[in-house]
Amino acid sequence: MNWLGLRTLFFKEILRFSKVYLQTLFAPMVTALLYLLVFSHILEGRLEVYEGVSYTAFLIPGLMMMTIIQNAFANSSSSLIQSKVTGNLIFVLLTPLSHFEIYLAFTLAAIVRGVFVGVGVYVVAISFTDVGFYNLGYALLFALTGSAVLATLGIIAGIWADKFDQLAGFTNFLIMPLSFLSGVFYSIHSLPPVWQEISRFNPFFYMIDGFRYGFFGVSDVDPRFSLLITNAFLAVLVLLTLSLLRSGYKLRD
Amino acid sequence: MSTAINIAQVHKYYGNLYALKGITLQIERGEFFGLLGPNGAGKSTLINIMAGLTRANGGRVSILDHDVAKHYRFARRCLGVVPQELVFDPFFTVREVLRIQAGYFGLGPENYAWIDELIDALMLSDKADTNMRALSGGMKRRVLIGQALVHKPEVVVLDEPTAGVDVELRKSLWAFIERLHNEGHTIVLTTHYLEEAEALCDRIAILNHGQVIALDTKEALLARDIGGKRSLHVTLARPLDPIPSALRSIVKKELGYEIVFELNNESVSILDVVDSLRQAGATILDLQTEKTDLEDIFIDLIQGKAS
Repeated sequence: MNWLGLRTLFFKEILRFSKVYLQTLFAPMVTALLYLLVFSHILEGRLEVYEGVSYTAFLIPGLMMMTIIQNAFANSSSSLIQSKVTGNLIFVLLTPLSHFEIYLAFTLAAIVRGVFVGVGVYVVAISFTDVGFYNLGYALLFALTGSAVLATLGIIAGIWADKFDQLAGFTNFLIMPLSFLSGVFYSIHSLPPVWQEISRFNPFFYMIDGFRYGFFGVSDVDPRFSLLITNAFLAVLVLLTLSLLRSGYKLRD
Repeated sequence: MSTAINIAQVHKYYGNLYALKGITLQIERGEFFGLLGPNGAGKSTLINIMAGLTRANGGRVSILDHDVAKHYRFARRCLGVVPQELVFDPFFTVREVLRIQAGYFGLGPENYAWIDELIDALMLSDKADTNMRALSGGMKRRVLIGQALVHKPEVVVLDEPTAGVDVELRKSLWAFIERLHNEGHTIVLTTHYLEEAEALCDRIAILNHGQVIALDTKEALLARDIGGKRSLHVTLARPLDPIPSALRSIVKKELGYEIVFELNNESVSILDVVDSLRQAGATILDLQTEKTDLEDIFIDLIQGKAS
């Protein structure tokens, strides 16, 4: 392992997004809090998903997780496509960094951004309503694996897309619908049976459901099952990404 | 002396485009090697394969005996590549860019002194903490050279380092590259400026349509007989109209007072030209002959006329 190389690429990625922190860190926090403000204002008191859990409290972990995964995805995908389009990806490709080291550095940096923004949302959100942790370990585990999944998906999208337009397609037609329809704003038990079944095929659903379990100790499915699904999904994506990077697909053509 | 770069039967296709048709080349350690050829000849593709930026469809390339595909970590540590495109990372300053680049190679603070030396040698000292975005094209070019050298590679490949660079910077880049060569680096240079190759390179390969069409020392290449052609520049007191019929077939260029004739060994001699011009009533002010230069050889080879 080229540890220093891996560390350098990781820190470079951290520096990259922190130099434009308004756009990469604060903007997504503000967006999440706007959702919180609007939806809790409209629905607070009219809806109780889990017994004893106010709608605003229910919404907070969902919005956190949505922010975490969207930002993890945005970080790795936009970093890659920018480097590809501007051509400076060669500075990484010319080095002795292995495909695994490149994968790890991009993924870890994306996780850091996702989790940072998620924590930021939490810190502001608890001034609205009191939300504690039922099991912090579960919440952390889902935050980390969920952001790892999306960081990996971001790498795949970044490798595949040749233009910003294609990446926007990937984001808007895949990532956004999957994250919005994963139970951020509702429990899938409130959906018609058909949609409940369809939701079970959405891997994002398990991330959000398991993450929420860490807060309230209740969830739509067993959190251990959600963890299993999330990790299996992660494993498949990691294998796919590593084989793409190893083959040089689109990067070393 | 062992081989710095060994290229054996390298093939590369891009879909239907056959970019490299079995290139074989050996570049020795300590050489200053020129890789010439028209646009699209395959020079950059070949360099990208050496650097691991492109994968060959067949054949092998090794840098100091390290296969660029199988032992890429070793191969890439021995190789510094200055890309042709003026690419840069807009997020960082010059010093950050160089330190990051060194870090990828596993080099930390112990290498900072070398980076400062590079910044100095490339005349970037007053821009070291300036963002890359704010640099002029020439300065970005110098940073690219710095990035290629952060890990002190033995073999340095420069893909058209002086393209679009003003005369002054070109001179200083030449001096810098010569210094690298004198310090023992193997240099591979591609260029469009043939006088650059003529001034710097020991040995030259000319690529065309993905094939090596000439590979020789510069001297041997320049000594090549390309039909014994020479140019004769004649300056007249007054423009001559018409040019005597005996000479019309050998006129290369006509610019009023100045006529350039292309002479072959056998058919017409300089004296023949002078005699015909005087008979036609012309007053000759100046005569100049010009020997073959790399450009003539190059054009001849590319057009497939060279023997």
